[in-house]
This record gives sequence, structure tokens and C-alpha cells, in this order.
Amino acid sequence: MSGTKKETGFTFTIDGIEVTAYAGQTVMEAADEAGVYIPRLCDHEGLRHQGSCRVCTVKAGGRSVAACTQPAAPGQAVENETPHLNKMRRDLVEMLFHEGNHLCPICEASGNCELQAMAYRLDMTETTRFPYLEPCRALDASHPDIALDTNRCISCGRCIRASEDVDGKGVFGYVGRGIHRRVAVNGENLADTDAQVTDHAISSEVCPVGCIIRKRVGFVTPIGEREFDKGLIGHEIEERRK
Amino acid sequence: MSELPKARIATASLAGCFGCHMAILDIDERLIELMQLVDVDRSPLTDKKRFTTRCDIGIIEGGCCNEENVHVLYDFRRNCDVLIALGQCAIMGGLPAMRNAIMHSDAPLRECLEEAYITGKYIRNTTHNVPNDPALPLLLDEVYPCSEVVEIDYQIPGCAPSGDIIFDTLAKLLTGKFRGFEREMIKFD
Repeated sequence: MSGTKKETGFTFTIDGIEVTAYAGQTVMEAADEAGVYIPRLCDHEGLRHQGSCRVCTVKAGGRSVAACTQPAAPGQAVENETPHLNKMRRDLVEMLFHEGNHLCPICEASGNCELQAMAYRLDMTETTRFPYLEPCRALDASHPDIALDTNRCISCGRCIRASEDVDGKGVFGYVGRGIHRRVAVNGENLADTDAQVTDHAISSEVCPVGCIIRKRVGFVTPIGEREFDKGLIGHEIEERRK
Repeated sequence: MSELPKARIATASLAGCFGCHMAILDIDERLIELMQLVDVDRSPLTDKKRFTTRCDIGIIEGGCCNEENVHVLYDFRRNCDVLIALGQCAIMGGLPAMRNAIMHSDAPLRECLEEAYITGKYIRNTTHNVPNDPALPLLLDEVYPCSEVVEIDYQIPGCAPSGDIIFDTLAKLLTGKFRGFEREMIKFD
């Protein structure tokens, strides 16, 4: 995506901040380089853009678009940190919490979890208006080194893209439609697939929540000293601008 | 400050582990500062079992897992101007809510009790019965967050919430300056 750096870029604005982009770059890629953080869950550096979680929704030319898939255009005025967009993002994140079984106090990913960190960043502290769906979902501990707790899966598909594009394996894939769409493994259970703990899809950075678990390392870093205990999600991108 | 009438607060622990009440003690020496602003009415901290007067702030730890929890919560809502859900159990059910869905059963409560008292591998229960003494409050079908039972005004997140966030929120509420939490203080663990 960024092989065209040598070309002369063009500029557009995000919340009035001038941002330089190059042909073929998305709004989010240009924003990241310029140190403007746009919240995201299903997008991850190094993976193909999917545009499904919609947490990165911004307004461009008055229309709501997913910043991770929207090509940057010269002179465009993009809105990002507005109360309206942040409220919509907070509702999306809240619905993800309610759609699965996200019990932060018992989750070993707590503190490293991007869903939780997004809730912190978007001030998800008010009483909820949504029901808890409390689905019954499977736990797959068949693999000797990896476990899957699908109660916590948010169907972002990052593991699917990492396994297909980076590992060349296709261990994960979507099944079902609509609200029944889930991430499934390519086999009876995870032990039947060729998943290995060294796969990129299994690495700690790919699963944003605590669904893909590497066994025996869960509490190597204690609660309270984890990634998002040190700073809000996105602060390392925002620091590029200072 | 001393000319102002003291605010009255009440606290209760429902389906919680008392960790949030311990976290109230994590306010440490600032408790002295807080006690200059408030009197504590009904609370495990004072061992008062009933409201002696209407309170300004009620603080609830834990969600509702049995009918007694619901009665206490209704009582708090009736007797408190502002009701605060303290900690993840009060906010979203927390650990007790694990029995709602993660048992992979059509009757999760029954399966939970049978596992705990009858079929569990390491159980020594000579009666082979689930406790059913009339003095025990009836369990609810599910564990409910407080906000599903009564209207909750504020939620202080955390498991347990830090002494800092509890003190900050109470101090700001009591002086009318509460405008939401500092983002760095929001924690669900």
C-alpha cells in the first residue's frame, strides 16, 4: 500500500488538521502517518482492510464512511473526533460487549484487550440501554498450545486474514449469516487444523480480545501492568504528531 | 465546609464479594476528609441494617442473584436520592453472571446447583440435596445487573474500583462538580 511514497502527495484535513496522503492510501493510513488516531477494531497493521466493525466510521464530505477502506481524496474535509461520531462508536462497542460474554474481571486478556481499551477511550461508563444477549458459545481447548474461548470473539476476522494472507493456512473462516455469523475453525476442532502457536494468526497482536489464547502465558504480565494500563489505546499514534 | 450540613450515604453488598467495600477502605487517609463531608447511615461499615433517614447517596456493590438482593435494591432506590452502582458486578453482573450463559445448558441455574452440590467430582455432601432451607433467599433464574432492576444514576467501573476513582467520584458528586471520569481512571479489571 505504501510503495508509492516517492510520488508527490496531496493534502486533506481531518478535524481541521492538514494531513498529507499519497495516491492509493486510505484515510486511516494517512491519518496514522500524520499522528491522528482514528479508533478501529477490525483493522490491524499488516492485514488487508475489511471495513466491517465500523468503529472507524468518519464523516467525509458529509457521508459516513469506514476510514480503513475509504481512499483519501485531495482537499477532502474529514470529521473524526466529534461527539456524534464518538457516541456512535461507543454504541457499536457497547453492542459488541453485549453480543458476546465479555466478563473483563475473569478474562486473561484484560488490560491487553482492544475492545476493553476502546470502551475506556470512548467513556463507556453510563448505564446501558441494550440487553445482554448472553449466548452459549463453545470453548475449544483441544489444541496442546492454543485455546479458543469464542464467548469473547467479536468476529473482527483479523485471525482469518492473518491465517490466510500471512501464514498461508486458512485455519479460520466465517460461517453463518447476519447475527449468526461466527468465526469457525477449518476442522472438527482446533487440534484437527494445522494451527501452530508460532502462527501470526495466533500471536498476541492479532486477536484484539481474549478469544485466541496461548496456553501457559496468560498471566506472565500481571493485571495492572499491561498494555492499556500504560496509556489509552491509540496514544502511540497520537504521539507522532507532538 | 463545616457549616454545610453533612450528606448522608448508605452502602450495601448484594451479589458481590465485598471487594468493592474493601476498595472503599482503599481511600486510606482521605477517609478522614470524606467523613467531614458525610455521615454513613445503613451500611456494613456501620452495621446499621435499616435506613434511619433518607440518604443523599446510596452505593451498591454486586448485582442481583436472589430475591433478597432485589428487596434491598428496591429499598435503596426508595431511600436514596442518588444511586451508584459500584464495580463490575453491580454494573454488568460480574463473576456471578457466569452462571447465566457459560454453562452450555438450557437450565443453567439447575446445572450450576447440581454441579455445586450433587454431581461435582470433589463434593462431599452427605444429604445429596441442593440446600433448600426456607431461611435461604430464593435464587433468581439469572444474575441481573442493578440497572436492569432499578434506575441507576452513576456507575463506577472496576473490579474492584480503585480507591482513587471512588474518592474522586464521591468528592465531586458531593460538591456538585462531577462531569464524568478521567479516561485514565476507567478500568474494568
